[in-house]
Amino acid sequence: MSFFNPENLEKAQVLIGLYPDKRSALIPLCHLAQGQHGHLSNEAMEQIADLLEIQPAEVLGTASFYDMLHTEEVGKYLVGVCTNVACMLGGGIELLEHASDVLGVPLGGTTEDGMFTLEEVECVAHCDKAPCAQVNYRFFGPLANGDFDQLLDDLRNDRLSESVPPHGVLSRVFRDAPAMVPLEIIHRERRAMDDEKKARQAALNKDAGGNQ
Amino acid sequence: MSTDVSQNLVTVSIDGKEILAGKGELLIAAAEKAGVFIPRFCYHNRLPQVGMCRMCLVEVKGPRGFSLQPACYLPVADGMEVVTESEKVKKAQDGVLEYLLINHPLDCPVCDKGGECPLQDQTMAYGPGESRFAEEKRHWEKPIAISDLVLLDRERCIQCDRCTRFADVVAGDALIEFVGRGDHTEINVFPDRPFSSYFSGNTVQICPVGALTAVPYRFKARPWDLSQVESSCTTCSMGCRIMVQSSQNELTRYLGLDADSINHGWLCDKGRFGHEAINSSDRVTVPLVRKGDSFVETTWASALELIASKVPSSRSAGDPDRIGFILGSRLTNEDIYSWVKLAKGVIGSDSVDSQLGDGLKGEVIASLRRATINDAVSAKAILAFTGDIKEEIPVLFLRLREAVKSGWTKMATIGTHKSSLDKLSEVTASVSVDQLQLLARELMRESSRFPEITKLFENQGVGADGDGLVVLLGRENLAWDQSVVEAFALELSRALPKAKFLVTIRNANFAGSIDLGAVPRLLPGRLPLESASPMMRQKWAGLPDRAGRGVKEMLSAALQGELDVLFLVGSDPREDYVDSVLANSALDTVGFVVSVDTFLSQSSAKADLVLPASSFAEKSGTTTNLEGRVLTLNQKVAPKGLCRPDWAIACEIALELGGDLGFGSAAEVLDEIAEVSPLHWGLSWNRLERSAAIEGMMIPVSATSLSIRPRAMLDEISTPGIASVWDQGLASSKTTYVETSTNSEDDEPVGEPATQTVAGMVEPIWRLAPVQPLGFMNLAYSRKLYSQGEHLRNSAHLVHLVVEAKCRVSGKTAEKLGVSSGGSVLISDKAGGEGQFELEIDDSVPNGTVELVRGSFSIPGFSPVRSGETVNYVKVERA
Repeated sequence: MSFFNPENLEKAQVLIGLYPDKRSALIPLCHLAQGQHGHLSNEAMEQIADLLEIQPAEVLGTASFYDMLHTEEVGKYLVGVCTNVACMLGGGIELLEHASDVLGVPLGGTTEDGMFTLEEVECVAHCDKAPCAQVNYRFFGPLANGDFDQLLDDLRNDRLSESVPPHGVLSRVFRDAPAMVPLEIIHRERRAMDDEKKARQAALNKDAGGNQ
Repeated sequence: MSTDVSQNLVTVSIDGKEILAGKGELLIAAAEKAGVFIPRFCYHNRLPQVGMCRMCLVEVKGPRGFSLQPACYLPVADGMEVVTESEKVKKAQDGVLEYLLINHPLDCPVCDKGGECPLQDQTMAYGPGESRFAEEKRHWEKPIAISDLVLLDRERCIQCDRCTRFADVVAGDALIEFVGRGDHTEINVFPDRPFSSYFSGNTVQICPVGALTAVPYRFKARPWDLSQVESSCTTCSMGCRIMVQSSQNELTRYLGLDADSINHGWLCDKGRFGHEAINSSDRVTVPLVRKGDSFVETTWASALELIASKVPSSRSAGDPDRIGFILGSRLTNEDIYSWVKLAKGVIGSDSVDSQLGDGLKGEVIASLRRATINDAVSAKAILAFTGDIKEEIPVLFLRLREAVKSGWTKMATIGTHKSSLDKLSEVTASVSVDQLQLLARELMRESSRFPEITKLFENQGVGADGDGLVVLLGRENLAWDQSVVEAFALELSRALPKAKFLVTIRNANFAGSIDLGAVPRLLPGRLPLESASPMMRQKWAGLPDRAGRGVKEMLSAALQGELDVLFLVGSDPREDYVDSVLANSALDTVGFVVSVDTFLSQSSAKADLVLPASSFAEKSGTTTNLEGRVLTLNQKVAPKGLCRPDWAIACEIALELGGDLGFGSAAEVLDEIAEVSPLHWGLSWNRLERSAAIEGMMIPVSATSLSIRPRAMLDEISTPGIASVWDQGLASSKTTYVETSTNSEDDEPVGEPATQTVAGMVEPIWRLAPVQPLGFMNLAYSRKLYSQGEHLRNSAHLVHLVVEAKCRVSGKTAEKLGVSSGGSVLISDKAGGEGQFELEIDDSVPNGTVELVRGSFSIPGFSPVRSGETVNYVKVERA
């Protein structure tokens, strides 16, 4: 059974084709899989391993290293409340407590309806709008408790679906891969550059020799 | 070899002492050779360096004065100044150790590694003495099973990357990985994908803490209770050097020794955990004689008398041709020589064989130009026509994998089905029996019908005479008769006289069997029977004047009622002969079967007399590995019960028959071998033990192998557990680190060159493949590492790894058969025997072929391979 749907499988093949070494496409494929499914399931990692001709353990090793790749299930919306200095002074910790109360989940927990996962984040460079939060890496702030409740309500009722896609979707616009430059051309150009450099160096050496 | 040595050397000052080191060598290794030990955890000389643990920080002078740099990551440079002992270095070591110990539990008293633990030892030697860490350590579930054989305790792990590097870089099974980041980092497997690598035990061996433990050794012994001897593994023909450790007369563990020409310290799991079978309580420990349907225990004296009553004591008293000997792969060179001398020199029967239809004819192997493993890994190109090396000779696979991945050589594989060598090969070609002949004749010619292979070899610089080519020759598909492979090898060696052959037959000591005459028509030293020297005739008084039978002929003769007595010495033809139906019916008809065995195997369970034999580690001797390297085996534990070494049993039988083999110890047997066999001239127990014994000695013995070199010994931390036993003062020859040179071809051999003694005895004989009968399919028949056998059956922890009896076909073929994956099919052989198998779909199997694993099933009356068929086909139907 294929984890990737036909459309994404095609995208995966394009991504793999971009690199001289298949395994270089590992992180792009992880994002692709997360975009399709919200998180990286075991089946997803197994198929990525198959496509890249590596072991699933290697996919897991890489995926588990990065915080933005989730190997466990997360809600449709990943809510991160900042508690770094500026936000903390602006009430970030209180906001996080409030969030935990209204969502009814502890830190790292996912609501029963699978809509929200709550996490604490370090500075997301939104200090002028402290206290701030991010939802699927889209930023909101400053947030008083009421604003936060309103945000949840908007998300729940799809009023923000335009600006906040479900978790895992990095971008709705899939850019076409740049035209692939055949390796031979790259090698040829590299060689030409090397030759030119050598020639210049030789000329310099010659000049230096002449001066003496 | 460069003539100007100084060009490749640099001068480095270590702690004020000037030393010479090889250019590009790592500082840590250069210092070690100069006698300066720099502490380390992650560094291992058989793995690429990573510089992860920071334990090896030393001060190195740079343009801005001395700074701390990791010695394992720094190649030496000319004029480099290094300080390994200073306040600054000490402070760094203190810091690193304190840091490593932050999360390391102090459960040393219950940890298997306690007493041989590099972390423990180096903390004592270099550590700060006290920790300032008052917080809670991190906690993980105590050991999790990452495979059937290996347990992982993540709390103890110091993340040195040794196991993961080994799995990825050396074994090519990256089934374990670092998971997580920072203080959440752990080693783990992917869910439901256990670390089922054939080499998983090596990670336990190189783990510098007690994080990885092997299930069979866990809580078995403490290091200070162990004693050890060096030996060589006889699970396959590789001859990996091992340290055999025991406690209270029970084998506890094998550790790989680093022999540069052989195993680099690695072992496969089957070899590593093979000691369990030796400890098994199911061993045969007393002579057993058949009374009706069951055995009764008897004494050695009456057992020997019984043999004497069945075997004619001289040629005049009976026909020695009616007596046969089938020797197995358990035997040492000394055992083989004694049994061959008993058969050919006392009883006068040339019907001795040691190949069970799964090898190649002795004369053929003897006539091929021998390649060493080192020749193979440095060959210009390799042509592989062999059984799956990873399944049959796993550690050779590691050596080949390293060679290909490092770009030392390139490989082409020919065969009929998928093998682990395919991934290492530039070209893989499927061939039919009829194409083989053309391939052999035209390989390096322009007209080659396999242009891809020819082009690869030409690009690699292989000469038109085969110069630089090494052929890995084994039994790629057991459905093809051995004569096919033999003809191919002979044809190829004729077309390419400079090509060398590495015979990759799995059976341990097959090379010793051929070298010592455990095949018909040959005498020790691969001398033809008729060209026995006068000395030989004197020592072997009863030498037969006509050629005897091989296994196949013996079995057919038995069916004709022409075999009275059959000795099975460590062999089990009922299970192991390729045509099990023939073997079973033949053995049923032999009048008197004597089995010298360690277990009641299928054959010995039906024998008339069973003699208990000493097992591996219960006897000393030598073995010859596949490349012709003679290696020592040492006794570690006392034989069980009344078991005796096989050579001694032969001596006893000879005495009972009125002959005298003339030796009283294994060393004396070796002396006689070295006396009568020109191939073994120069060998002696003392030389093997004393000289570069870790690598054994290549035969014929050459000047280099005779010169006494100190052995290369690795640092204690590369394989924890060996030095700690030495340090108890119990054994042997620990010396310092020195370079070894490998045996060079240019050496003047002392003994007689191996090959040409049998030249002219063998001609390639090509037989056309029979036409595939209607309704029959091609058969791919090969072995797996964990194919059934007495050894596995009696190893508590390996027994569940035995391969399942399944047949594999491609999706298309399955469709044609109308069977889906998991369904069952009926497979019938040419003689009408039938077996039912579960079907598995595997698209790597060619269409129209069915793949069966030898040793995965045992069905009475069914043998997919029938003796005498050039190519075996089977009929497959929906059950």
